[in-house]
Amino acid sequence: MSLRVAVVRFPGSNCDFDTLHCAQRAGTDAYFVWHRDSSLQGADLVLLPGGFSYGDYLRSGAIARFSPIMPAVQAHAAAGGPVLGICNGFQILCEAGLLPGALMRNSRLTFVSRPVWLRVEQAETAFTSAYAAGAVVRMPVAHGDGRFAAAPDTLRQLEAEKRVVVRYVAPDGSPARGDDNPNGSLNDIAGICNAQGNVVGLMPHPDRAADPALGNTDGMGFFSSMLRWAAVPAGGR
Amino acid sequence: MTYKVHVRVVPRAGLLDPQGQAVEHALHALGFGAAGEVRIGRAIEMQVSAASAEAARAEVRRMCDKLLANPVTEDYQLEIEG
Repeated sequence: MSLRVAVVRFPGSNCDFDTLHCAQRAGTDAYFVWHRDSSLQGADLVLLPGGFSYGDYLRSGAIARFSPIMPAVQAHAAAGGPVLGICNGFQILCEAGLLPGALMRNSRLTFVSRPVWLRVEQAETAFTSAYAAGAVVRMPVAHGDGRFAAAPDTLRQLEAEKRVVVRYVAPDGSPARGDDNPNGSLNDIAGICNAQGNVVGLMPHPDRAADPALGNTDGMGFFSSMLRWAAVPAGGR
Repeated sequence: MTYKVHVRVVPRAGLLDPQGQAVEHALHALGFGAAGEVRIGRAIEMQVSAASAEAARAEVRRMCDKLLANPVTEDYQLEIEG
């Protein structure tokens, strides 16, 4: 039975085809769902792609979170179904309250589009199990609002519960220095998960580093992990 | 009744506001050394139909809590004309 993966398209999504391509390349039955739909069409996993939904008006992700499809995404997540938000998808998940914290304007105010180095800190999610814990990988960021911010208590909780999924690091895997953290995120956080571990969001783009044609396949693990997740009996996840 | 409502949304105190910092530096460079603690937010104006000014205020508060301000990073203030 093939794995059903819904890629949700919002007006202004621009990584929707890349994300679909990667999920299909990984061997899933991935398909688009429009933001005005109200059904995920029996999805096993849900991907919210990058882009600039609603032109980033008001705040990035603030309007998309009220799209007609979002109640279905909320219900899917509440039932333990995996959800991955990439870049704008991460911003939407934070605005929707499915992930804690917020993504604020980059500390240097500029749009940053370049490769960064990440350490996979949490390799037990549906989207990171293909990586070894502690693996250092390279993939691009492309965002203006990527500075992760959260209240001090929330930040402590994320660290204590090992919910930082990926963290910006230096190329050798040591703690980030200078521009290694591209946006000023607190604790060099690039991606997090919810308390149950089924909702994951990150600012960097695995979808732009998952095809040999692009010269970098470090991001493929986010997509191939979905098949590993599906191979584990539901009771053991 | 229709009320004109002004909403001011500002970054929460203590959170880094790089826009405010950049503008403060620019002001200093222009000789406006008196400026400090510059914070940049957004202003939203709207007409609200409500039975009373208090009802309008309550309705706009709900708008702020749900959409206009991010409860994690922003605070807001309301002003009602008339």
